[in-house]
Amino acid sequence: MLLFQPLLDAKEPASDTAQLPVIMSSSGAGYDALYYFIYWFSVVFFVGIVGAMLYFVWKYRRQKGVKAAPTKDSTKLELTWTIIPFFMIIVMFHVSFDFYIHNAVASENALEVRVRGQRWNWSFQYPNGEGEGSVLYLPVNKPVKLVMSSSDVLHSFFIPAFRLKKDTVPGMYSQLAFTPTREGEAQVFCAEYCGAGEKPGSGGHYSMGAIIKVVSQAEYDKHMQEISGPGDKKPDEWGKELVQKSGCYTCHSVDGSAGTGPTYKGIFGRKENLSDGSSVDVDENYLRESILRPNAKVVKGFENGNMPPFVFTDAKLDAILAYLKTVK
Amino acid sequence: MATVASPHSGTAAPDPHASYLAQKGLASWLFTLDHKRIGVMYLVAVLVSFLLGGIMAILVRLELLTPGRTIMDATTYNHVFSLHGVIMVFLFIIPSIPAAMGNIMLPVQLGTIDVAFPKLNLASFYIYCFGACFGLYSMIHGGVDTGWTFYTPYSSKFSNSAVIPMIGAAFIMGFSSILTGVNFIATVHKMRAKGLTWRRLPLFCWALYATSIIQVLATPVLAITLLLLIFERVLHLGIFDPSMGGDPVLFEHFFWFYSHPAVYIMIVPAMGVVSEIICTFSRRAPFGYFFIAMSSLGLALLGFLVWGHHLFVAGMSEYSTMVFSALTFLVGIPSGVKIFNWIATLYKGSIDLRSPMLYGLGFIFLFTIGGLTGLFLAMLAVDVHLHDTYFVVAHFHYVMVGGTVIAFVGGLHYWWPKFTGKMYDEGKARIAFVLVFIGFNVTFMSQFILGSRGMPRRYYDYLPEFTTLHQVSTVGSWILGVGFIVMLVMFIESLASGKKATNNPWGSVALEWKTPSPLPLHNFLKVPVVTKGPYDYHLATEEELSED
Repeated sequence: MLLFQPLLDAKEPASDTAQLPVIMSSSGAGYDALYYFIYWFSVVFFVGIVGAMLYFVWKYRRQKGVKAAPTKDSTKLELTWTIIPFFMIIVMFHVSFDFYIHNAVASENALEVRVRGQRWNWSFQYPNGEGEGSVLYLPVNKPVKLVMSSSDVLHSFFIPAFRLKKDTVPGMYSQLAFTPTREGEAQVFCAEYCGAGEKPGSGGHYSMGAIIKVVSQAEYDKHMQEISGPGDKKPDEWGKELVQKSGCYTCHSVDGSAGTGPTYKGIFGRKENLSDGSSVDVDENYLRESILRPNAKVVKGFENGNMPPFVFTDAKLDAILAYLKTVK
Repeated sequence: MATVASPHSGTAAPDPHASYLAQKGLASWLFTLDHKRIGVMYLVAVLVSFLLGGIMAILVRLELLTPGRTIMDATTYNHVFSLHGVIMVFLFIIPSIPAAMGNIMLPVQLGTIDVAFPKLNLASFYIYCFGACFGLYSMIHGGVDTGWTFYTPYSSKFSNSAVIPMIGAAFIMGFSSILTGVNFIATVHKMRAKGLTWRRLPLFCWALYATSIIQVLATPVLAITLLLLIFERVLHLGIFDPSMGGDPVLFEHFFWFYSHPAVYIMIVPAMGVVSEIICTFSRRAPFGYFFIAMSSLGLALLGFLVWGHHLFVAGMSEYSTMVFSALTFLVGIPSGVKIFNWIATLYKGSIDLRSPMLYGLGFIFLFTIGGLTGLFLAMLAVDVHLHDTYFVVAHFHYVMVGGTVIAFVGGLHYWWPKFTGKMYDEGKARIAFVLVFIGFNVTFMSQFILGSRGMPRRYYDYLPEFTTLHQVSTVGSWILGVGFIVMLVMFIESLASGKKATNNPWGSVALEWKTPSPLPLHNFLKVPVVTKGPYDYHLATEEELSED
């Protein structure tokens, strides 16, 4: 029998517990069992140590005429409290490592989703090539593998309800494997400090969140269809939705105020001064280039924006351009 | 009472029997080669740093009182928590016990007149000040917003703050740390009084010795890392930049290769202070002297092998995480050995609960929590959820504040009569202890639960569900702050109008309590010859145990 079998057999509690949030993934119940095991182990040790300390402090308090007994060292005792904890930690290490590895291996038919971190939002790309930002739909009870990267600084993809976390590192792929087991919304945080925008409201490490929506297979399929085409929406409505979902509003305002990037208000047809001293009329080609290769021609004053490149199909780009023309 | 003001201050050579504080004038401090005066200057410097870092901490907690903006914007918040970390780590906690307290007590405990290289000792202090100036310069120019860890590529390419002077500060202060380490190692080897064998070495000296080894071996790695970071930021070399073939994770490895051992630079001397306090106030030799001494060296050694546990979720290979997890668990063994031996020392002792002892026992209470929560984080599977959350923040504050700061303050109470020749108000000292102890636990106990429930660290804003716990923590920080203010008032009163301290106010048999308070210029009135151990209470006469 595997040493960590009890963790695999652990029952999932129906709601959150005193110290841990609600569980929505397959490894969560085992995680909580392990957490509470080490918690109670610590409580017992702590009560033993502090209890003995307080008892001795009271029992051997200084009294007139009573001298401290001379100290007699005991190698036997020293070896006891060296060797017994040694075996305890071997067991703890072993159980926790095996369980960790067991969870880290993705199953072969896992749904593979690309996760991209950029300051300060998360964007996702499904196996069918369609992408969206700030929200990720996953079918319940289907193994998932996230392949993650970062386009600027270190971030960390942290989903408390799944008891999972992994850093995203520029220039490197990292992975997470899990199976969502409960329908509902799971909050995603960035757990590796990544700064904040200089202008108020432009976001930062603290606002770099996302929601994972765990839904039934049918709902997932329906959502896939929705995001790959406009459905019954007009192009500019679809474009607005895409802009919203891609997290563009984190840096670009629609009310004329400057964020980390230039405002969308009246962007189409505007004349922009570029950082290299030249200027450009904002037309379809400039907008298209600025979405696909944001750093090719940067507007003066926004050199530190570091906008990451976005990938859209032509149909989506057209819709986004249609929307941008309407922001006046 | 050998403490009469020196009649020789001024032109003539000072009287070696007079107090080391007797000579007056700024120059007598700035150009002193006396380890005690250098120690006192360090003490003032680290206490000022502690005050500064403490103000930052109160501001951070105040901002987190409510979700959204409370008193500052996000960028300011990032600067404030970064400065809190940088100041507390590099300016306060690393030099606190070794450079300030160790400087004063090490030669006295060794029964000698000074450290091995007095001029080098003064140079270390000025290098520390020089480094601190760079830190100050950075703060005036807006400070840093990188966190005290300076992770790349944020620190090398993205941050607009005064990163270079701050890194320069840490780089320069590293040399101070190395030179102090070299000095202490030489002192312990070469300057022990006649009869003071290794087996009779006080446990605080053992702890300082172990700490010095870490300082000498680990700090150069930090220096190289920070230098590379400066090159990277200025010259864009690409060492840590993936677009030029570099690797940001490499920086994390370099950084923690120093900064994890640095944790032991902080905690090992604290354990030495606690060993001294517990023996003195139990009137009993330490149980397992040899094991306590060796566990300090054990921690120093293991400290070099566990840096990878800071990278468990950074994308290291699974097999590296395995090795680092196993090694991290091993740290529990020498830490446990120390705690068990302290408890066994209390057994059948004659225990006096005066303020230094309260801090000694407080250390055991808080460090046990800090150590046990370390087990959560050593377990790979458990760490994955807790990493970079408030659980980690709470854990290392239990070790750094509950451990090192409590021991530092305890040592200050313990040796205060020796440093200043004055006693302090015991009642106020106990009130301060109670406030600090309660305030600390309220502040950080709540953060364990915040973290395990999923609150990431270094967040300016938070979800409404975390509000209550954040508010409990902020209220705790106020209690903690009031405790330190009471303590400050008590110490200032003692300096101004404290009762004169006797040579041996605690009835200890250790060497430092056999010489006048405050310490005479040459530490001892005549050259001491050691004939028994520092904790041989069973050999002591009534007279030696009497508290004057």
